[in-house]
Amino acid sequence: MASFIERMCLHIVLVLSVFLSITQAVDRSNFKTCDQSAFCSRQRAMKPGQSSYRALLETLELSDSHLTLQLQNNNNKVRLLLELYRLQGNMTRVKINELKPVKPRYEVPDVLITDPPTEPMSVVVQDEHGVVLSLGGEDRRLILSAQPFRLDIMEGPQVLLSLNSRGLLAFEQLRIRKDTISHKISSTVGSIWDKIKSVFSSKSQTDTEEAGEKEDTEKHDEEKASEGEEEEVEEEVDQPGMWEETFKSHADTKPNGPSSISLDFSLPGVEHVYGIPEHADSLRLKNTDGGDPYRLYNLDVFQYELFNPMALYGAVPVLLSHNTHRTMGLFWLNAAETWVDISSGQVGVCEWISHTVFPFILSLDSLGLISKSCLYMLDCVQGSGEVLQTDVRWISESGIIDVFIMLGPQPNDVFTQYASLTGTQSFPPLSSLAYHQCRWNYNDQEDVSAVDQGFDEHDIPYDFIWLDIEHTDGKRYFTWDNNKFPQPKDMLQGLLDKRRKMVTIVDPHIKVDSSYKIHTEIRSRGYYIKNEDGGDYEGWCWPGNAGYPDFTNPEMRRWWASMFAYDQYEGSMENLYTWNDMNEPSVFNGPEVTMHKDALHGTWEHRDVHNLYGFYVQMATAEGQIQRSGGLERPFVLTRAFFAGSQRYGAVWTGDNAAEWGHLKMSIPMCLSLGLVGISFCGADVGGFFKTPSAELLVRWYQAGAYQPFFRAHAHLDTPRREPWLFGPDNTDLIREAVRQRYTLLPYWYLQFYHAQRTGQPVMRPLWVEYPEDIATFSIDDEFLIGRDLLVHPVTDEGSSGVTAYLPGNGEVWYDVHTFQRHDGAQNLYIPVTMSSIPVFQRGGSIICRKNRVRRSSSCMENDPYTLYVALDSQGNAEGELYIDDGHTFKHETDKQFIHRHLSFTANSLSSSDLSPDSQFPTASWVEKVIILGVQKPDAVTLTTTDGGESSVEFEFDPDTAVLTLRKPGVNAGVNWTLHLR
Amino acid sequence: MSCAHLLLLMSLALPMRTGAAVEIQRPRGVPLSKRQFYEENKPFTCLDGSRTIPFDRVNDDYCDCKDGSDEPGTAACPNGSFHCTNAGFRPAFIPSSRINDGICDCCDTTDEYNSGATCQNTCRELGRKERESLQIMAEITKEGFMLKQQLIHEAKRGQEDKQGKLTELQGSKKGLEEKVEALRTVKETAEDPEKEAKERHLKAWEEQKEVIRMEKDKARMAAAFLELDDDADGYVSVAELQSHLELDPDSDGSLTETETQGLLGGADKVDTSTFESVWSGIKDKYLSEGQSDPPAPVETPQEEETRDFVSDHDSDHYPEDYAGEEEDVEDDEEDDDHEEEEEEEKVPPTVPTPEKREDDEVSMPPYDAETQSLIDAAQKARDDFDEAERALREVDDQMKNLEKEIGFDFGPSAEFAYLYSQCYELSTSEYIYRLCPFNRVSQKPKFGGSETNLGVWGQWVGPEDNLYSVMKYDNGLGCWQGPNRSTTVKLTCGKETVVTSTSEPSRCEYLMEFTTPAVCQEPPSLDEVLHGHTEL
Repeated sequence: MASFIERMCLHIVLVLSVFLSITQAVDRSNFKTCDQSAFCSRQRAMKPGQSSYRALLETLELSDSHLTLQLQNNNNKVRLLLELYRLQGNMTRVKINELKPVKPRYEVPDVLITDPPTEPMSVVVQDEHGVVLSLGGEDRRLILSAQPFRLDIMEGPQVLLSLNSRGLLAFEQLRIRKDTISHKISSTVGSIWDKIKSVFSSKSQTDTEEAGEKEDTEKHDEEKASEGEEEEVEEEVDQPGMWEETFKSHADTKPNGPSSISLDFSLPGVEHVYGIPEHADSLRLKNTDGGDPYRLYNLDVFQYELFNPMALYGAVPVLLSHNTHRTMGLFWLNAAETWVDISSGQVGVCEWISHTVFPFILSLDSLGLISKSCLYMLDCVQGSGEVLQTDVRWISESGIIDVFIMLGPQPNDVFTQYASLTGTQSFPPLSSLAYHQCRWNYNDQEDVSAVDQGFDEHDIPYDFIWLDIEHTDGKRYFTWDNNKFPQPKDMLQGLLDKRRKMVTIVDPHIKVDSSYKIHTEIRSRGYYIKNEDGGDYEGWCWPGNAGYPDFTNPEMRRWWASMFAYDQYEGSMENLYTWNDMNEPSVFNGPEVTMHKDALHGTWEHRDVHNLYGFYVQMATAEGQIQRSGGLERPFVLTRAFFAGSQRYGAVWTGDNAAEWGHLKMSIPMCLSLGLVGISFCGADVGGFFKTPSAELLVRWYQAGAYQPFFRAHAHLDTPRREPWLFGPDNTDLIREAVRQRYTLLPYWYLQFYHAQRTGQPVMRPLWVEYPEDIATFSIDDEFLIGRDLLVHPVTDEGSSGVTAYLPGNGEVWYDVHTFQRHDGAQNLYIPVTMSSIPVFQRGGSIICRKNRVRRSSSCMENDPYTLYVALDSQGNAEGELYIDDGHTFKHETDKQFIHRHLSFTANSLSSSDLSPDSQFPTASWVEKVIILGVQKPDAVTLTTTDGGESSVEFEFDPDTAVLTLRKPGVNAGVNWTLHLR
Repeated sequence: MSCAHLLLLMSLALPMRTGAAVEIQRPRGVPLSKRQFYEENKPFTCLDGSRTIPFDRVNDDYCDCKDGSDEPGTAACPNGSFHCTNAGFRPAFIPSSRINDGICDCCDTTDEYNSGATCQNTCRELGRKERESLQIMAEITKEGFMLKQQLIHEAKRGQEDKQGKLTELQGSKKGLEEKVEALRTVKETAEDPEKEAKERHLKAWEEQKEVIRMEKDKARMAAAFLELDDDADGYVSVAELQSHLELDPDSDGSLTETETQGLLGGADKVDTSTFESVWSGIKDKYLSEGQSDPPAPVETPQEEETRDFVSDHDSDHYPEDYAGEEEDVEDDEEDDDHEEEEEEEKVPPTVPTPEKREDDEVSMPPYDAETQSLIDAAQKARDDFDEAERALREVDDQMKNLEKEIGFDFGPSAEFAYLYSQCYELSTSEYIYRLCPFNRVSQKPKFGGSETNLGVWGQWVGPEDNLYSVMKYDNGLGCWQGPNRSTTVKLTCGKETVVTSTSEPSRCEYLMEFTTPAVCQEPPSLDEVLHGHTEL
């Protein structure tokens, strides 16, 4: 989908006949820089130094589950409440809120899957300088220093992470406006007064105001004095932008005034940090010194720019740090606009000591309590000069500080830790892992049928065809354009007959039209987001004037879900699924193309919940799909906007990219970053959304997309058609081959998603996740792993005749899946390429199951036999897994109806054993072929089955490639068996 | 192992079951034409010759041959194909991946022998329908082809007519050219004396005008003298002149005595004869007391204020840069136009200022009879010449049009010539589409709005063996960020000449279907049609 600026161009071109289509890239001026965002610039103006906060140790309370302690700002005496939790699974949670806020501050609900279980903490030592807490393990400690306040998490002698070590903790306390009139009357009226004031800012009025203010201040002081404030309180001066802010004619009334928060984290010894999607930038996060911070604020950005920290459609405030020893994560649970500054560099030893070795430690040292750390410090001093460190600073506009520190130590531990907080990737229907054909728009039923036919004529498989906004009656979602789609059920039945499926778009903006049922229901039930004045908020989007349902309201979500029932969504059937677009939310005439921050979701401002909106839209939609089947069928919902936890509700794509080589390249780091923070079901529009791809780019994109989790081709309304057969027979063949490769690997993809759901591990992985000690992998983002066993290096350059791929792992062996050629790990390998394929390698030591009988759709392949690709490691061993279930219901969960098998090749025997003996599933699939790579020729091969039967198996051996092919073992895929090579 | 056995058995059993007719024994999925390669109980050699395998490995659900030929009846080979006999309808090959995929592909149901799909044998029904439609098509083709012969005949005649006309025109053009040249000489000959006579007349008139002008000036001077000479003493004195502030040489608003004296040539007063020289100095400024107010300045109409078209909408709620729908945008555009027109109407019409004429200017006297007759003669020569030239141009235009028409590629037998300068329309729910063959395609909204050019005639773009089956119209109105609009017109055989459908498969690329007898091919006999397609 496209954003409104594009439409603006259209408008200008048509009306004024001015040629503006040269506006190819994002119009940056539509989006704020940190300087243009009042709270960001206020916070960023604060420089590292001594923190103005101190911990009031006398307020410390330790319960079974957590510790509480008050912090006080030395300047304004405002007190904060610090809560520290030791969470199960090697995590620490740090919460900071105002001790007594004038009104509650927003705490993000619904993202955590449960109240994280805690473990007891114990005080190791405490004195007037601070307190040392045990975090379990032998020597894991949390050190709290009182003056200035800071936290350090240590393991043995090593500081893993420090909070507020640069003194950037800042908490703008909620306050009553020091404005006479607005002080006395309600804030709403006050904000009106502000407007009047700004209009009639004559001298005389200013005078009276000043007089009033003075009077007020005096009164205020008296009150404070009576409260017994013994110390002098620094007068806080209002800064511009605290009580109202204007961006490009959009006013933000800010009735609650300033409320932003900020905190810094230091990661000694860390040079590589990742995550905090969504940005069109490299996998490894960059230093933001001298530029803008990475921004997290869900926005509909028209023709986004590459290599840029600007905010995009989704936000996951999770950052991962990694070095050869340890991987850690920081989860900043805040849904307001957030900016993240990253600064890595060499920290001089002396400085390092002065920053990390603080008086409290020294005092402990003098007591002989932690001599180890003392020793470590001495080591540092004697060491060779400088230490690397990365500093991260989070700034959010409102809410509280609620941060989860995931201590790893391995990458997989961090994934498990994060999954225990926000859940894992939902297990998608198998068919949704197959190929999706989309376009804005397939015009009518005949068009859908012709495209469907085209795939069969050209023998290219596909599972889903998609309908964009034009299928509706005037952009009224849940309806059909009567002229173009008079018989949606006939159309869906036609697809069902071919075992194919459809997705229609359902966006959250609702056309304001009294004859539109969805609108009248939402309005009458009061489910719309409200203006500051209490009326329904309205903005412009595809249908023209539109309302935005308040998805933060659980009642609203229940109602929305019920709209997907077959009798509510007319023309829907069980093979119709959903696409939620524009759910940032996109508001064409709103500030930064999104909603006004002072709009109201119940009592909360949009400011507080903005980044959660898309999360809730997808949540409610997925719930609707589950409900319509009586809880039986797995949903499939694609979303553009997302937040932490969105992985639980379906797939995500990288939004409106462009048909350019750079965007093809960028699809890799963008999806890798999402995978690291739990969102595995990620893809980019194959071919590029805007503009027109060359045949070469399109083919290369299909080849890359076939190896990325969500595989969907999509195109803008104004681009020429690009179904796979429109680029000449040669290119049709190439695209067919790419799609077929995807289909043969569906069993492997399905297994990866099964794992992702169970463990939270990403499906598409950066190399460093599997090779955490191999520094050469840390910055690689032009190749990636699928699971552990497939290494993919897409070709992303025009006219490329070869790529250099890094094959990781000392002692590892990699087999080219196209030629079976064997290569050693830990080397850069130049691989010549033709148009026919991209380099893909199978890891030696792995067994991958494929279905090589590619049919029209994945459902047609349900009962087909498997071919096992056994790639031996240097010791002649390999192992893998096979997972089978019905592919679309929850019965694997509810009734344990699945097969999960362990495949292992060792000592010249390949065997299949049950990994889940208490589950059952009948399958017709069998093993038709076994291909063993890197093996010696046997004399004979026999098959043993559990019933004691033994038979010989024919085989072929290719001595040139050392490939052994076992002909037709014929055993059912769900039983135990062993193949012996003799 | 058991799977394989079962499948093999089934593959042998099935032909017997359905082979109630004259089914000839052969492995499943093998066409009759290849039966001889699959001899039971003899080793089978892959059709590409790559290897030989025992016969029991044919259709054993494992792919042994690289070319897929050992598995014609199973889905084992990725590149295999399955033959359905489809008795009663057309036989067909389908990719072997469609065997037992749960979807009925062959109308005789033979592709789904082990998938649980329940397929109905629809071959007879399909065959009947096909025969019916073939019959209809054949009739259409037959009639269409007859019509086409007629069209060819007419086109040939038309072409001959045009050629004849062209030749004719070429003849008359030559005559006309000569005539034009002759008349040019006549015209030029007549124009010389005309010019001389006119100049003479003009010169005489100029001289006469000068005399009149001088007399007028003298009269004005005398009148001014009398007017100035307030005391009628026959002299104009300084005092008398001083009341005429308009004569102030330094325009400071006061006419001093010294200044007045200067005007009077240094004298205190002047008599009539001396006044003559004074008059020449002041006459341009002098205002008669009867008209002492300076002439009212001509009122220049206030310039129309440049209208500010920038919307004064509150951009917070109605951004001028958003347009929801292209249609809306177009509407807006029209609205703006209307506003503009209205605005123009509201401007009060400018009052034309009467042309400032020389006072009492006398018009030139008519030409004398001699000059007039010379002029009349020249005018006639000019008229004759112009007319001849116009006639020549007309002939040229006609020839050009004819040449253009003759130059069009109207097909191998000019069978498409009848479409030239015709237009055909199709009305849809929103638009009226208009195809003017060899000219242009356009689209007009049904409910108001201007016409959009969807392309002008480009060329024939059918496939090599059927070039005249597709027309291309391109270079229509440009699209935002896209190409210029273009239309592809697919021609099919029909008795009528009709646009049957239009669509926009891709943004700004239109597709139109058009039937015409001109593409009807000589029909084969009906028997041929029906029997050429059934195997049995």
